[in-house]
Amino acid sequence: MSPGDNRMGKTISEKILARASGLGEASSGEIVKARVDVAMMPDLTTILAVKAMKAMGREKVWDNAKVVPILDHVAPASTLMAATIHRDIRAFVKEQGITNFYDVESGVCHQVLPEKGHVKPGYLVIGADSHTCTHGAFGAFATGVGSTDMGAILATGKIWLRVPETIKVQIEGKLPELVTPKDVILKTAGLIGADGATYNALEFHGGTISDMSVSGRMTLCNMTIELGGKAGIVEPDETTYTYLRERTDGVFDPVFADEDASYRMVQDVPVDDLEPQIACPHKVDNVKPISEVAGTVINQSFIGSCTNGRLEDLQVAASILKGKKINPDTRLLVVPASQGVYLDALEAGVIQTLVEAGAMFSNPSCGACFGGHIGLLAPGEVGLTTSNRNFQGRQGSPEAFVYLSSPAVAAASAVTGVITDPRDLR
Amino acid sequence: MFGDDVNTDLIIPGKYLELVDPEEMAEHAMEGIDPDFPKKIQKGDIVVGGNNFGCGSSREHAPLALKYAGIGAVIAESFARIYYRNSINIGLPALECPGVTDAVEDGDTVEVDVTGGTVKNTRTGAELSFTPLPDFMVEVLNDGGLVPYLKKNMETW
Repeated sequence: MSPGDNRMGKTISEKILARASGLGEASSGEIVKARVDVAMMPDLTTILAVKAMKAMGREKVWDNAKVVPILDHVAPASTLMAATIHRDIRAFVKEQGITNFYDVESGVCHQVLPEKGHVKPGYLVIGADSHTCTHGAFGAFATGVGSTDMGAILATGKIWLRVPETIKVQIEGKLPELVTPKDVILKTAGLIGADGATYNALEFHGGTISDMSVSGRMTLCNMTIELGGKAGIVEPDETTYTYLRERTDGVFDPVFADEDASYRMVQDVPVDDLEPQIACPHKVDNVKPISEVAGTVINQSFIGSCTNGRLEDLQVAASILKGKKINPDTRLLVVPASQGVYLDALEAGVIQTLVEAGAMFSNPSCGACFGGHIGLLAPGEVGLTTSNRNFQGRQGSPEAFVYLSSPAVAAASAVTGVITDPRDLR
Repeated sequence: MFGDDVNTDLIIPGKYLELVDPEEMAEHAMEGIDPDFPKKIQKGDIVVGGNNFGCGSSREHAPLALKYAGIGAVIAESFARIYYRNSINIGLPALECPGVTDAVEDGDTVEVDVTGGTVKNTRTGAELSFTPLPDFMVEVLNDGGLVPYLKKNMETW
């Protein structure tokens, strides 16, 4: 289909971007200028965005209720430079009268924004962080950009976007016990490849999704960028509305794909017989079933991040670790994705179980995922992580090795000290 | 010349994300692959990359580090999308040219016609063509990036 062709039915992305750009219709390939519903800025990219806005000749953000800054990557500040960035952002928030601001205690942006009701179906959510695609779990078009794009949004409320082609990921079947949404998306990454969805949106459809929690849907959408994707989207349904009703005004204007929407390709992912999946160093699409890598010695296991730091993730880890001790040669680091998750985990008794098993429990932040201020790996060490990237150098030394897994695998492996299928431990 | 999947952690590791001065970022350009990279290049040099160049984080530090290290353009088999946007937005041409890694070796000189869509290796005479950038992106690049472009076009944006 050529750019601008408007004969076919529309994808969710085409419909949301048409609406956001004030056009009757938009088709893949077109470049549109779209109005942003939420502009999210984490600590490390905010200062550059503000500099860009001011360089464009604007002193005030276009809408101080739609700009949401959050201090999450280096939280709390571990260096003077980070402390200075945080100080400057707090001053900017005051100066601009920004009404939705989240300070260092809050948690990871992609968990906090939905939790606090900033994301709704049909929204255009732009964040100065690559994992902004997470918010597609609520039927929004959400994508990550850099600081200059964010600067332009702060100045004007608009962004240029090429309307993406869409890959339909059809997920069918019932997940076996202890096989989780993380295993589904790792499997999909292996099938599509680390650049197989470049510039494309992914729509996740199928019976497995209908039965999946909001938390699991966020895990799927979160890793869309690891396939090169621009956005990952799940159509909203009753599960979505139930989550959002208590967090928003409850008025929704959802968008659904047309039956005859035009897709670049359809990727089937059957899950009835899916094994836990592992992405091996140093590429996210170097994915193997756990049976092929079980027994690999690990030095550190990390459970957390915007991919897998939610209550459901901590609960499955606790169910595996209850009454057990982690291997004395293995470190287990657990970081809840937000203060909300922290409180829920506290109430559910999960934290006590994890700490009694030997886990370190840290405040919510992005630090352990991106090689920031906690949990770095030394040269030659092996880390197993529930986060989203296993790039060389991502979690400390470029000579370390990072494997990606589900929280169930990360918990079981912390007990044995080697990569372990959680089903073998029960 | 670089291979496939050169990610943003290699272009500029996460520990430098607190930097806000692009000149300082430039001192760490490509540090994850070749710590001596900033010393080796001359102003206007072209980086040639494989598939999925710039994959990973949304850090604009990555194209900024390359630009301020003196790189004039990056030509790759393909780019990761956020890196691509960022590069155009800061005024560093990112040109997607299939076949470029086979047609060029380290140290070659190439002539690039950004609007015509050709890359010519002056040593071998080999010429490759690529889909030229859309007009909008060429305008942004010609203005030196999205900041100067918007400064000029704020009223019609």
